[in-house]
Amino acid sequence: MATVQISLQVNGKAVVAAVEPRALLIHFLREELSLTGPHIGCDTSHCGACTVDLNGKSVKSCTMFAVQADGAKVITIEGIAAPDGTLHALQEGFRQMHGLQCGYCTPGMITRAYRLLQENPKPTEAEIRAGIAGNLCRCTGYQNIVKAIQYAAAKIAGVPFQEAAE
Amino acid sequence: MIPGPFAYHRPKSVKEAVAMLADLGEDARPLAGGHSLIPMMKLRLAAPSDLVDLAGITELKGIRAEGPDVVIGAMTTEHEVIASELLTGKVPLLREAALVIADPQVRYVGTLGGNAANGDPGNDMPAVMIALDATYHLVGKGGERRVAARDFYQGTYLTALKPGEVMTAIRIPVPAAGHGYAYEKLKRKVGDYATAAAAVVLTMKGGSVAICTIGLTNVAAKPLNAVEAAKIVTGSRLDAATVKRAVAAAEAITSPASDRRGTPQYRTKVAGVMVARALQRASARAA
Repeated sequence: MATVQISLQVNGKAVVAAVEPRALLIHFLREELSLTGPHIGCDTSHCGACTVDLNGKSVKSCTMFAVQADGAKVITIEGIAAPDGTLHALQEGFRQMHGLQCGYCTPGMITRAYRLLQENPKPTEAEIRAGIAGNLCRCTGYQNIVKAIQYAAAKIAGVPFQEAAE
Repeated sequence: MIPGPFAYHRPKSVKEAVAMLADLGEDARPLAGGHSLIPMMKLRLAAPSDLVDLAGITELKGIRAEGPDVVIGAMTTEHEVIASELLTGKVPLLREAALVIADPQVRYVGTLGGNAANGDPGNDMPAVMIALDATYHLVGKGGERRVAARDFYQGTYLTALKPGEVMTAIRIPVPAAGHGYAYEKLKRKVGDYATAAAAVVLTMKGGSVAICTIGLTNVAAKPLNAVEAAKIVTGSRLDAATVKRAVAAAEAITSPASDRRGTPQYRTKVAGVMVARALQRASARAA
């Protein structure tokens, strides 16, 4: 099958590649660019493990062709920390609040939460839960993921994080 | 899962897109948000020879007021519907329904036109469009025609859309100021299609229902216009006996499939419950 040339920006770097039209974005990122942070979980657009940021929107990269990302700006979990390796507030929050156990959903969770906090820097707990409704976690029960996102929102806002009373 | 091979096209205008679809033949498909089509292609339930991606066509985007109507470009995403102040002010039912479609990621990409044109009885917007008496703009090589949402659906994946045609816009007559509305959907979890759902639009006058329309989701091979149920409540004060009769009328027109969401009997009863709840909530919201 003929390939199509695409150019896009991934984690700040320009990428030009020839892809088969049927190549899914998740496969392109993982197999061609070796960005294995975004995971393939359900492969049916339910679980959100493959979430990446595309032109300022959280998308499930298992349900998008790489050709559709032509001209786009893509951010994966690999592009969330500062270039010097300093963790993003969300990454720090997931560590501090034990927002992960097996870690499989974590790249998608953090990438999704990254966009959520851009759109709504001070989300309520209900807004956080609605905002991550497209990301499944089978370990944590979500409690600590919500706390991790609250931690990050507080840190970004420069206010002390206070855990809600149980 | 990897779809079968296909050729990819990205036209810049509707005219170019429909010319392409005509040239490429019946195995070519337009691609909107792709959140129904791509999963089907991954399962090899769909194997189009060509995808004509509508994403680069700016005339398919946007929400505008036009006289007594609002006109929404078919490639407007569910996220854009939710964020639209114009729609939230004039047709708030759309936002309410869009918020229970799939999840945030899917709503960023999934389109209103895709949801309406797809023809899957599980899609939420068709019943909403039936309740709102929307009209679809369909463009083919021969030009544009307009089809009422109430006439558009024929069966599972069967619609009035002809091969080579593209839905370009949805025209909705703005309901009267002070109207009540509700979309009640029972689903097992986020991202699931409805076990059953009901869309209600009504106006109240002196405590009685003046005008009412009811659409039903996922309880037949196509979305249903519950005309009889709406007729029963019109003129009433939504007393318990009238609502019970309307619920029975709505239940009588359903023929749901048996699937993991429940037996046909259960899903029919759920449809009735959704109608009662939607009537209740819509009337409470009406001025």
